[in-house]
Amino acid sequence: MTAQPIPAAPDLDLLPSDVETDLRRSVRAVLAKTCPTEALVALADGSDDVSGPAWSGLAHDLGLAALLVPEEHGGAGAGPREAAVVAEECGRACAPVPFLTSAVLATSLLVRLGAAESLARLAEGGTAALVVPAGTASAGSWARRTGVEVSGGRLAGEVRGVVGLPADLLLVPVHGPDGPALHLVPVDADGVAVSTHTSLDATRPVSDVRLDVEAGTPLATGDEVTAALDHALATAAGVLAAEQAGLAAWCLEQTVAHLSERRQFGRVVGGFQALKHRLADLYAEVGQASAVAAHAAAALAGESDVPVSVAVAQAFCSEVAVHAAEEAVQLHGGLGMTWESPVHLRLKRAKADHVLLGSPDAHRDALARLVDLAAPTPEAG
Amino acid sequence: MSEQHRSDLEQRVTALLEAHDPATTDRAEFLRARWEAGLAWVHFPAGLGGLGLPRDLQAHVDDLLAAAGAPDNAPERNGIGLGMAAPTILAHGTPEQHERFLRPLWLGEEIWCQLFSEPGAGSDLAAVATRAVPDESTGEWVVNGQKVWTSSAHLADFAILVARTDPDVPKHGGLSYFLLGMREPGVEVRPLRQLTGEAEFNEVFLTDVRVPAAQLLGAVGEGWRIANTTLNSERVSIGGQAVPREAGMVGKVAQTWRAHPERRTHGAHRRLLDLWVQAEAARITGSRVRQQLAVGAPGPEGSATKLVFARLAQELSALEVELLGEDGLRYDDWTLSRPEKVDFTGRDAGYRYLRAKGNSIEGGTSEILRNIIAERVLGLPGEPRVDKDVAWKDLPR
Repeated sequence: MTAQPIPAAPDLDLLPSDVETDLRRSVRAVLAKTCPTEALVALADGSDDVSGPAWSGLAHDLGLAALLVPEEHGGAGAGPREAAVVAEECGRACAPVPFLTSAVLATSLLVRLGAAESLARLAEGGTAALVVPAGTASAGSWARRTGVEVSGGRLAGEVRGVVGLPADLLLVPVHGPDGPALHLVPVDADGVAVSTHTSLDATRPVSDVRLDVEAGTPLATGDEVTAALDHALATAAGVLAAEQAGLAAWCLEQTVAHLSERRQFGRVVGGFQALKHRLADLYAEVGQASAVAAHAAAALAGESDVPVSVAVAQAFCSEVAVHAAEEAVQLHGGLGMTWESPVHLRLKRAKADHVLLGSPDAHRDALARLVDLAAPTPEAG
Repeated sequence: MSEQHRSDLEQRVTALLEAHDPATTDRAEFLRARWEAGLAWVHFPAGLGGLGLPRDLQAHVDDLLAAAGAPDNAPERNGIGLGMAAPTILAHGTPEQHERFLRPLWLGEEIWCQLFSEPGAGSDLAAVATRAVPDESTGEWVVNGQKVWTSSAHLADFAILVARTDPDVPKHGGLSYFLLGMREPGVEVRPLRQLTGEAEFNEVFLTDVRVPAAQLLGAVGEGWRIANTTLNSERVSIGGQAVPREAGMVGKVAQTWRAHPERRTHGAHRRLLDLWVQAEAARITGSRVRQQLAVGAPGPEGSATKLVFARLAQELSALEVELLGEDGLRYDDWTLSRPEKVDFTGRDAGYRYLRAKGNSIEGGTSEILRNIIAERVLGLPGEPRVDKDVAWKDLPR
């Protein structure tokens, strides 16, 4: 009956190291300076004087573009735990930076495939984007959804809903007649057209990429590509959970602060039990999200229990982030609905994050296979 | 210095096991030797069964002794004594009280219960009406009143008791804390049958029960402050152990799901996976709270763990009854029984569903826990207190 025993949970260190605590402090300080609310709000009006300084602060001042790049390629050689710390702060600040898409997702893929030259360029602050549709949770699901083909020596087609652009380098996975392959295409090559949408989350734009370029030699082919893509997507999904936990924590803190000031009916609104109880429940969720994200990062760092830890983290933290942002909007009352308040930025980011690397439903489906909780068969019920 | 403590403890355990081979030593004798060696509860002071070491080292001692086949002191039989009475007596008792009560308590020779809640004082614990009046001629205290929800009262030799000694001051100031003999005349214990059919709790009626002056704990009027020591210990003792993935209620439901492919539905599948994820999140959070405790920096997340545990137990046990279909409509046994210890996941699905209803009530209701989180952790304003400056005797009841 039972297909396989469920994976045992490893004993992982969930407490931050001194290095991680220092890193958090540095990232928070840079983002506090470079991501003011009014500049973030203006993004959706087409005025961007925030993305450049924010990324410059992280990539150049702190060297975080190269956080996961191995030391021999000019990077810091750090791992998923440190990446999670940075992502958590990016979530809190709602930072419009390509840290997750370039420094984590694309970099992890290039590290696995040993792309020395590209990694050296990323280490110097260059950016890369993986050309798959948003919502891709694994190499398997990517293979069903890509729109790019190789034929007659050309790489051609369109991929809709790509996140991480603008970027210098496109990582284009294709599923050709000879199996999977990964091509590297400079974004300024002839035959590359990127059209950026008006996005739900202006802090992380969504683009369509149209390609008609010379295929050249792929960086890698075959099962190696699939395995590296799975690894990179899992790493990014685990790190995204930290971004979601940071976003949720910010929403809770801001809401508590607002309700501690706001007076109605002659009382501080935060003293009403109906609201206190909602915030207490949210506090429990946010604390758990932080622990779950730390667990996913530790699992990725130790390369143990990765599939279950990441699926749990995405299924849990996605829901908590959206819930925290929705509660923040509601409990800020009319203010929560305004353009000036920073709360709506988190709602948009939380909802976009919800689908970015696979929805909670997709991750629960993955979990069903991993922990032997199979779905109903058609004849059941 | 934790490493040094550990190796020191390991040497002490080895010495104990060499001098008292568990295979050939009488159980009671072994436990007494363990007490003398300071390995009963290492965070207690020397001479009182401990060595004055950090609390988290105890688990290591317990593991080493268990691995050697040594008997334990059956902690499940005396949870209130070990978890609540002992730390309170240690913190507030006189040297004479330490000498008299702690050793038999740890050895399991004397079982304890907790006489706190009353029919009119549940969440509002400071409202207790049970009176303790001094008898000038003997120096004893005379206690009258009724207590409720008392686990183990039918087995207990002693009780920690909160009683009113001054009705003329506001409620928190008029309480005192006593160590009451449960075998004394005037103590009547009646089983209190629950919705599960069993009687896990009792009502306790106290009629002119005499408590020696030496069994007042702390000073007269200090009862509320001392009771908070007990309640804090209660919260610490909940959820202390590391648990494997899919342990407890979620494991029961997962097993039911695997065993009954014919009963699976898509809706139940969605709920099951959602709850499985939440149970894993709760497990991971508990693990981090323990890690924080071990390095001496307990996180405030601990206050939310019971809240989450109760909700999950209720949703999971409800799902299990539904998954079982017509079998879920059966119940194993309605016969009145008086279990010595509570097993939330024991018996069958119907029992688990019904028993889980208590998880959000016992040991602090979920509503009170939310107030505590909101006020003490998040710093939001307290509830309006209409009883704050009113003498207890003048409060409407």
